[in-house]
Amino acid sequence: MPETAEDLPAAVQTFDLTKTFGSLAAVDRALLTLYPGEIFGLIGPNGAGKSTLIKMLTTLTPPTSGRATVAGFDVLTESAEVRRRIGYVPQQLSADRALTGYESLLLSARLYNIPRRERAERIDRALTVMGLTEAAGRQAGNYSGGMIRRLEIAQSMLHRPSVLFLDEPTVGLDPVARRSVWEHVRRLRQDTQTTMLITTHYMEEADELCDRIAVMHRGRIERIGTATELKALVGPDATLDDVFAHLTGAGMQEQEGSYSDIRRTRESARKHA
Amino acid sequence: MTSAAPVKAPANTLESGRRAGPLYFLTLVHAIVDSELRKLRHDPVELLTRAVQPVLWLLIFGQVLAQIRGLSVPGVPYLDFLAPGILAQSVLFAAIFYGIATIWERDLGILHRYLVSPAPRSALVIGKAASAGIRGLSQAAVIYVVSLALGVSIDLHPLSIAGVVVFVFLGSALFATFSLVIACIVKTRERFMGFGQVITMPLFFASNAIYPLSVMPEWLRVLSTLNPLSYEVDGLRTLMIAGDVSAFGLPLDFAVLFVVTAGLIALATRMYPRMVQ
Repeated sequence: MPETAEDLPAAVQTFDLTKTFGSLAAVDRALLTLYPGEIFGLIGPNGAGKSTLIKMLTTLTPPTSGRATVAGFDVLTESAEVRRRIGYVPQQLSADRALTGYESLLLSARLYNIPRRERAERIDRALTVMGLTEAAGRQAGNYSGGMIRRLEIAQSMLHRPSVLFLDEPTVGLDPVARRSVWEHVRRLRQDTQTTMLITTHYMEEADELCDRIAVMHRGRIERIGTATELKALVGPDATLDDVFAHLTGAGMQEQEGSYSDIRRTRESARKHA
Repeated sequence: MTSAAPVKAPANTLESGRRAGPLYFLTLVHAIVDSELRKLRHDPVELLTRAVQPVLWLLIFGQVLAQIRGLSVPGVPYLDFLAPGILAQSVLFAAIFYGIATIWERDLGILHRYLVSPAPRSALVIGKAASAGIRGLSQAAVIYVVSLALGVSIDLHPLSIAGVVVFVFLGSALFATFSLVIACIVKTRERFMGFGQVITMPLFFASNAIYPLSVMPEWLRVLSTLNPLSYEVDGLRTLMIAGDVSAFGLPLDFAVLFVVTAGLIALATRMYPRMVQ
């Protein structure tokens, strides 16, 4: 990350951002700043609040208290402006299986009001960048998990957002597909300088992709730093797994998380295994 | 952590979607309808299976009940009376489970991607309603063919057919949007299935679809006049069958369906985002 990044306006900023469900604080006074162009990782066990945090930042659910800006706009009071400037790839493999890759991209182009004369060119370009040109005419139901993910990333980048949210982008993918998604994410950042917020519970993924990492546990952001900084917390030979266990105490205990989340993850995983 | 002051990036340097206008609204509705039609084109089996039930009603139920006097209105053979009722029924049955598709879309994350886009929620809901309307028209085509084959005296005047198209479209949109509202309330497939079963039969039987208002006991007649399906049936019956007379009057039929649909769309627009919260 260039040293000047910290002087630029923040891509994402939260101030005591909180979401409670009944007496449970899913996200508890989160304080975060994402610098333009960085890939920021959010790691934590199921139920740590990662997805809820992303839902607030993408305007899908309103915060209970605190505030957040994305691309300089408030997620609550200027949500329409935020939506025009973000891309979002949900946790589930969400490409419409009944549509072809091309048709999904066409739908996205229309949703984002991309001028008709630019549509064909942008769709072609997105297909090329994500390596899907050959598969464009096939229904996504015949795609592999990795291809579906790449299609979704293509869909979410078509309008050239300034911030891209990827919620567990490689969950349920085999190692080869996972690598290919990583490669495409990295290349995308290189080409577009898009700021990315990625949630994951694969330490390897955070280590591979992210400039900085926040560890989240029970709704709280426990620590923020580069992978190296975080590892230094625990010891000379620590892996991110050790850091994670150290900060969350989650090494041994059963991870919490809502049953439906887990079921959903398994469903998408199974369908594309 | 260094705190950087948020500065609003000017929209013209960002290349994000253009500002909303009426043209954008129409583009969105078209985009959603177009996607749904493409899905049907890829897999038309659903349209065929949906046609089975109304055909059975006409062929079996209709043929048997035609033997009973007094089930129709004077001067109209029972099968002629029944055909528009079965069309309305198939419109209802096809549309009432539309909400389950939305629950699927939520579970698959498709809905999330609609809702993070700058598309106005009302355009999304109207797009869904219009898609249901177009599906309904395919049902109408099948029922017309079967009815003609059974010798029902169908009014083939272009204006009558245009009127049927309007009523089928509006009725489908109405019940699909109603279904969407239910989906937003119950939120899971299991609960939705239960609710769908519970609501469909009362709507169907407390209407003039298979017997006229005149043979109903008083309480059922009152219920029927509160049921939007009765106005759908009445409109279709008036337009589809040569020589049939409306019980409520076509303008009232249309007004009831239109107002209820508009109200449901407004309600669904408010509730739709709650699906993903």
